[in-house]
Order: sequence, then structure tokens, then C-alpha cells
Amino acid sequence: MANKVIVETTINGDPVELLCEPRQSLLEVLRDVLELTGSKEGCLTGDCGACTVVIDGRPVCSCLMLGVEAAGKNVSTIEGLATGAALHVLQRKFLEHASLQCGICTPGFLMSAKALLDRNPNPTEAEIRYALAGNLCRCTGYDKIVRAVTDAAATMAGRSSRTAHGGAVPAETASGMVSEMLAKGEDK
Amino acid sequence: MASDQSPEFKVIGTRPVRPDGVDKVTGRAKYGADYTLPGMLHGKVLRSPHAHARIRSIDVARALRLPGVKAIVTGADFPEVKGVMAQVGELIVNTHYLSLNVMARDKALYDGHAVAAGAATSKHIAEEALELIEVDYEALPPVMTAEEAMRPDAPVLLEELRTRLMAHRTDPGALEGPDRASNVPGHIRFERGDLDAGFRAADYVVEREFTTATVHQGYIEPQNALAVYDADEHLTIYCSTQGSFNVRTLTASVLAMSEGKIRVVPAEIGGGFGGKTTVYLEPVAALLAKKSGRPVKMVMTRAEVLRATGPTSGIKAKVKIGARRDGKITAAEVWLAYEAGAFPGSPFAPGAMCTLAPYIIENLRIDSYDVVVNRPKVAAYRAPGSPASAFACECVLDELAEKCRLDPIEFRMRNAAHEGAPQPAGPAFKKIGFAETLAAIRDSDHYRTPLNGPFRGRGVASGFWFNGGLQSSAIVNIHGDGSVSVVTGSVDIGGTRAAQAMIVAETLGIAVDEVRPVVADTDAIGHTDVTGGSRTALATGMAVYEASRDARDQLIGRAAKIWDKKPDEVVFEQGVFRPVDGSAPSLNLRQLAGRLARTGGPVVGRATVNAGAVGAVGNAFATVCIDVEVDPDTAKVRILRCTIAQDVGRALHPAYVEGQLQGAVAQGVGWALNEEYFYDQKGTLRNFGLLDYRMPTCLDLPMIETIMVEVPNPNHPLGVRGVGEVGIVPPMAAVASAIYRAVGVRMAELPMSAPRLLKAIIENRVTTFDAQATAAK
Repeated sequence: MANKVIVETTINGDPVELLCEPRQSLLEVLRDVLELTGSKEGCLTGDCGACTVVIDGRPVCSCLMLGVEAAGKNVSTIEGLATGAALHVLQRKFLEHASLQCGICTPGFLMSAKALLDRNPNPTEAEIRYALAGNLCRCTGYDKIVRAVTDAAATMAGRSSRTAHGGAVPAETASGMVSEMLAKGEDK
Repeated sequence: MASDQSPEFKVIGTRPVRPDGVDKVTGRAKYGADYTLPGMLHGKVLRSPHAHARIRSIDVARALRLPGVKAIVTGADFPEVKGVMAQVGELIVNTHYLSLNVMARDKALYDGHAVAAGAATSKHIAEEALELIEVDYEALPPVMTAEEAMRPDAPVLLEELRTRLMAHRTDPGALEGPDRASNVPGHIRFERGDLDAGFRAADYVVEREFTTATVHQGYIEPQNALAVYDADEHLTIYCSTQGSFNVRTLTASVLAMSEGKIRVVPAEIGGGFGGKTTVYLEPVAALLAKKSGRPVKMVMTRAEVLRATGPTSGIKAKVKIGARRDGKITAAEVWLAYEAGAFPGSPFAPGAMCTLAPYIIENLRIDSYDVVVNRPKVAAYRAPGSPASAFACECVLDELAEKCRLDPIEFRMRNAAHEGAPQPAGPAFKKIGFAETLAAIRDSDHYRTPLNGPFRGRGVASGFWFNGGLQSSAIVNIHGDGSVSVVTGSVDIGGTRAAQAMIVAETLGIAVDEVRPVVADTDAIGHTDVTGGSRTALATGMAVYEASRDARDQLIGRAAKIWDKKPDEVVFEQGVFRPVDGSAPSLNLRQLAGRLARTGGPVVGRATVNAGAVGAVGNAFATVCIDVEVDPDTAKVRILRCTIAQDVGRALHPAYVEGQLQGAVAQGVGWALNEEYFYDQKGTLRNFGLLDYRMPTCLDLPMIETIMVEVPNPNHPLGVRGVGEVGIVPPMAAVASAIYRAVGVRMAELPMSAPRLLKAIIENRVTTFDAQATAAK
């Protein structure tokens, strides 16, 4: 068995010192060492995107990176997307648009979408689809995911959104009451 | 949208945020692989590298000596289980073969078949231990396709199998032909009218053969199980499953345990589509836990998922259909062979019962065969059996419509089944909305917008699925603050907790966020069948509705007690209880709930249903329209536009109903264009990862337009029909027809992948060129 290594990194803004085996993937370190199980394992070969985290601004499959490689990096996971009790706009829009069914791919999609909107706040539908093509969803057919990201971008920019076939995303997709509940606090 | 909502409902038809939503967007939701327990070991399975082999011996001594290894199990550790055909929810399970599939005994029957398993203090050590297990195999010739397996001289997979003609899919049936070992354990036939007369009456007869590939359900979350075996011989299993009661029954049968000693705790589940209705790891983890005395967690890799779980059958189909010039179908003869994988039990019967079910055909014969091959034993996959047989028949119908010079929707409309029409299997349809789905596509913006441009084409096709009913239980607890929790045994795979909360809110006149739905374990709720068969919103929804009404009636009794009235002197309207005579101020639920302690204690509503037994299942139909563009050089097919119309009965939460329709179409498009198992000549699976088993990404699909046709199910209190499955049935034939109109070739093989389509395009060009050259001479 390999000797464990001390790794100093930053996860969701917090300095973290951890102990892991050199052979452990970052995903395994997040899930099994740090108990951050929000990042999901779907394939371990970088094909499904369920383990996506953002490292120094770039979306990365955490199953394709070793835990020791996180040293000195800035790692953002799904657990850090909300600010306290206030959900990120993307999280709210995924809920309002019913963009998840089973939800196993959702953390990965949210992290890929976060990385996209951070570098391109006003993406076209094609740009959204391109940025999310590394994330597989087997439940939704992607329609409501793409709409949620479009709507989130528009909301963050203070616009109303339009999607394919000219249909405006209906504002009443979520009941006002629950929307209010979710909107408590400021967005990121 | 406001237009979704029927005036008779306040909550049903709206789109509230799902109650489990926040957990799922923050990463807090606990799926099976997220559970850990103190002292837990990690288990891994050793799998056969051979498609067909005799297992001469297994030596685990070296593996057991590896530090950190705590237990190893092989087939020898499992009890012998007699072959009993058990109806487990929707499944017909032969417990003997289930046991052999969970762990091979004397024969490995597919690449990936479990032959041993080990538990160790880390998953890496467990993996190392597997490499130290020595298995002595005698390789046997593999049988990989239904066609090969049906040949009289084919190697036999299971010596005890005989071909039997079944009157029903659970019926063992009468021996058919000579009493000798066969790879064809099942044959079912539906027949009516006079086939010869029917074909004589036809102006056009089209006869074609089709092949479809093995495809996988493709859930993103691999199978998992965490087992705890206590010293008092009680077994607890935490796992992601579509049916916790199924897991309990099936695990009990494989381990020869009493069901009463097993508790199954369903975790959140990351997709299933039918593939998580049976057991793979659960009994293995249980035995490892028993042997080691520690909790054992097992999680499959993606390669294990593809090699050893799911998939659904590839089929071979021969279809002959005749029609008059006016479009009336006069006769149909269909022959189907479904690959079951290594053990009997393909969806050959439902495949036969569904194909052509949307149409009234007086002269009909459908034969369907269950064929064992050296592939993983198939599991249910969304409308099991229907998509492959529908692909074959719908393609022929498209060709007939063309010969009759009829619009494909009009052709279908002229033959469409309606209430009272007989299904292929015999029984008459109750109220159905098939013609309504055709009309919805015909009148849609999509269908009315002409498709222009070279190498583009439009196809339509329809599909049918029965839907399941089965059993559900529900408990509705009225809490002291007037809020309500609703407890069911239905695993929530796509938003059914939201639907349940909405039904409670509607019935008790409260806001939906005052209702907390809970999915309980097998000890905490009455028997509840799988989340599958499109049954959860329908059947568990029905139980929730009845339980809510039970609670409401009890609350009326309490109000009557407070006012010293009889229950029928109290009315409940608009969420308020009041005496009919107005002798006291009315009470809302919150006010009444605060007075339960003094009027007899808590109020708990309860109900159980068997939705099928009371005729509450509403059949489902869908029609799909797809536009494609084909790259003439590479034969890559791009989906330009896609619309599905489906009879949903009544949409409880329209956004999640749309989601079911969209997801089903997306899986159908993958089945049509890309997805297939590649086996080499030795029967080894070559594409056991998601890069090569290519499911649609969001770049491969456009927005998927949905038209929810609502023909309420007259036998359900809320008009609900199952909506989860039927949408996967039509897309393959719709894509095939669209490709034909784009490039002039009719594809008879799935998937219509670029290499296959390019070959067909080139062959077609050569044929056309030859014909032109001959004509020119």
C-alpha cells in the first residue's frame, strides 16, 4: 500500500489540509476522505460529468484528477454553490424549470453551468449546449436544463429570457409562494 | 401555466417546486453510494471474462491471505434455490435463474457474469484481492444472437430448457415440438380472423425483416448496496432501487431467508428506467456482511453496469402487412424473437401484445419467442418489449402509407383503435386517446410548418404501452400545527413526491408546501410495488388520494364532536370545516389540528390500493414527429425538430409530465441512432464505457416539444394515466421514416448509426446508378 500524502488545498473558499493515497482520485478524496458526497460517481472515465467540480475557474471531471493534484488549487464543489441558506440563481432556476428528475447528474450540470456563466454571462443556446455536452443526463432530454441555464443567465443580467422556437420561458413555472421561499436572501 | 389547470382544481395542474428539490441542487440528497457506516468494508465482484464457460474450480486461498481482506464468497456459499415462477410486482421471476444470475455456479453464461466477490477494508484492497482469486474455466462456444441460438445445432446454454407455447406470460405452457434441450424457452401467439383472406383483400402487401441491437437503460448512477447483517440474523439493506419491497422479496429468495428478517431502506435513486427493479449486489453484500460480521458496501463501476446489468433485448422481426388502396389494413403477420440474455425472461410477450395495438386489424397473427443467448440477462427497460416491435411494424406502416399515397397520420387515423376495439391479445380497450394524439400532431405548429432543404426529412410514428397498476400503501399524518406528512413506499425517481404532496394539498385544501412527503422503508409502510410501469403517480397517487380523504373524514368527525353534531351535519369546503346550520364559527385545518388531542388523539389517514384489480390503469398512447438532416458524406443524422403528443389522462404536475415525455423521446433517439452493444467473436463486450456506448448529449438534441393530450382515465379518481414509458416507443420508427424522406433509404436495422447508414446510402446510390445505366442502354 502506498504511503499517504498531506495535501494543502482550498475547497469552497476554505483552506483544507488532508491526507490521501497518491492513487486516490480527487473524486474519491472529496467523497470518501472529506465526506463531500455531492459530487457523484457515474463512470470514473470522464464521460458522464456527474463528478464535475470547478478548479481555478475551469470545469473538471474530478474522477480524472488525482487528489494530490489539488494541492495549491482552488476547488469549488456543489456544496459551495449556495451562499449560506440562499441558493445560487442556477439552483433556483433548475428547481423552477423542473430541470431534474432523478437528480444524480444535477450537481455536475450545475458546476458546468456555473463555470460557463462565470466566463460567458450571456451564452446562446448553442453555447450552453456545447458547454454542457460533457454532462450526461438520462432523464430529461436536456430541454429543461438548457431552459434553466438560459433563464439563469437572463436573471443574473436582469433580462427576461427567450428560448428555442420563440417561446418565452413562462414566469409562472413555479408557484409564487415557493419561489419566495427559495429566494430568501441575496443571490451570488 | 394557467392554461394547464382545470377549474375544478386549485393545486393539481400547477407547477410547484418539488419538496426534495433543495436537497438535490445542493448535493445533500443521499443516494445509495453516499451511505457509510462505522466499520464498513468495501466489496467488489469478480466477473467472468468468458461469454460461455464451465467453471471447473475457484481457489480463493491467496486472496484471503491479503492483509485487509475479510471475506470472500463464491457460488458455493449460496443456497440452492428451486425454480419457482414468482410474480414480483411487474416482474415474472424464476428464482432459480435469479440466484444463478446473482452468482454463477457451474457455468458462466456471459462476459461479466459474477463468479466470486470479496470484502476488504478499502475498495482498492478488495480489487487487489479479486486479482488473486484463481478460476479455472473451460471455455465453451458462445451463442450471441437469437438467430444463432434458434438453430437446431446451436450450442445449448441451459440443458433443462424446453420450448413451450404459453397461453399467458406466467403460464409454464405445453411442450412444443420434441422434448429436447432448447434455447427457446417461450413462445406466445396471438391470432384472429383469416390471414390468407386478409392478404387477398389487400391492394398492397409489404414484407420486411428488422434487427435491433441490445441497448442499456443508461441510468447515470451505478447499482449499489450496503448490507448490515446483525448477530440476531436480521439483515438491513440500504440501496438505490425502484422497488424496496422487490429487493426484500428477491433477496430473501436468493438467500433462502424469511422476508420478515430483512429490512430494505431505499436511498435516493439516480435513474432506473426498469433496470433497478431486480437484485444484483444486494444478496452478495448480505453474504459478505454475514461472513465478515461487518457492514459491507458495494458499488458497481460503469463497466460492471454495462457488462452485467440491464440491458434490454435486441430482436429479430419479420413483418408482413397488407392494406387496401383506401388505407384500411386488411391483415398483419408478425414474427418476433427477443434475446433474453443468459436466462429466460425477455419482454417477448409484452412486445407481441403492444405491436400494432394502436390499430384495428381483423386478420392478425403475432408469434413471439423468448431466446437465451450469452449476453447479460435483460431487465425491464421503459415499456419493455414495445419499442423494438413497434419499430418494425411502424416502419412497414410508413411504407404502406406511401404506397396508398396517404399522409402517414391520415393512414394511421383510418385504422386507429378506439374505446371498445380489441387489442392484439384480445381484451377491448377502455377509453383511450390514441386518435387524439394523431390529431394533436397533425394540427401542431411543427407538422404544419413545411420542412425544406436538401437531405432533410420528416417522420411520424406511434406507440402503445399498457401501464402498470399494482399495489400501493399510503399514510397521511395530520400534525398539531395543521401541516401534513404523507408516507408511501414509492421510491421517487422523477418527482412523484411532488405529485403526492399536490394530491394531499388538493384534497385537504391546504398549500402544497404544508405537505411533507416521506419515502419509508419496508418496515415502516405497507407493501408497495415498484416505481415502474408508469404506475407511481397513478396507483400510489390513488392511495394518497384515498388516505387524504380518510383523514378528511376523520377530521369532519372531530369537528362534529367539538360542535356536538353528527358527522353529516358538518361540511368541508375550500379548506374549511363548518356546521351546516352555521351554529358555530368555522375551523380551518390548522385550528382543528390544534384540538385533536382533546377530541380523541392524532388523526392518521390510511389507504391501500391494488390499482390493476380495480381497473384503474389507463392505457397510454403517443405519437412522435421528428425532422432530421443527414450529412450525405458522413451519414451523420442531426435531429432538427422533435414533437411528442401523448395522452396523459390528467397532468398532476405538468412540468414533470413534460419531463417524462422529453426524457422518453431522448432515449428513443439514442436507441435509433447510436446505442448498441458491440460483442467480438468471443462474445466479449467491447464498448463497456460511456464514451463508446454513446448516449445522446445535449448537443445531439434540440428542444423537445410536448403536447399533453388529456383524455381523463375514467377509472381513476383524478383521471390520471401513467405517463412515464410510452414516449420511448415511437421515436425509432419516426427517425427511420425521416431518414427515408431525407436520403431515400429505408433502414431495417437499429441503431441507424453513421457507418450503417452510410453503407445503405452508398448501396442505394450504386443500385440507382445501375438502374439508370441499364435504362440508358
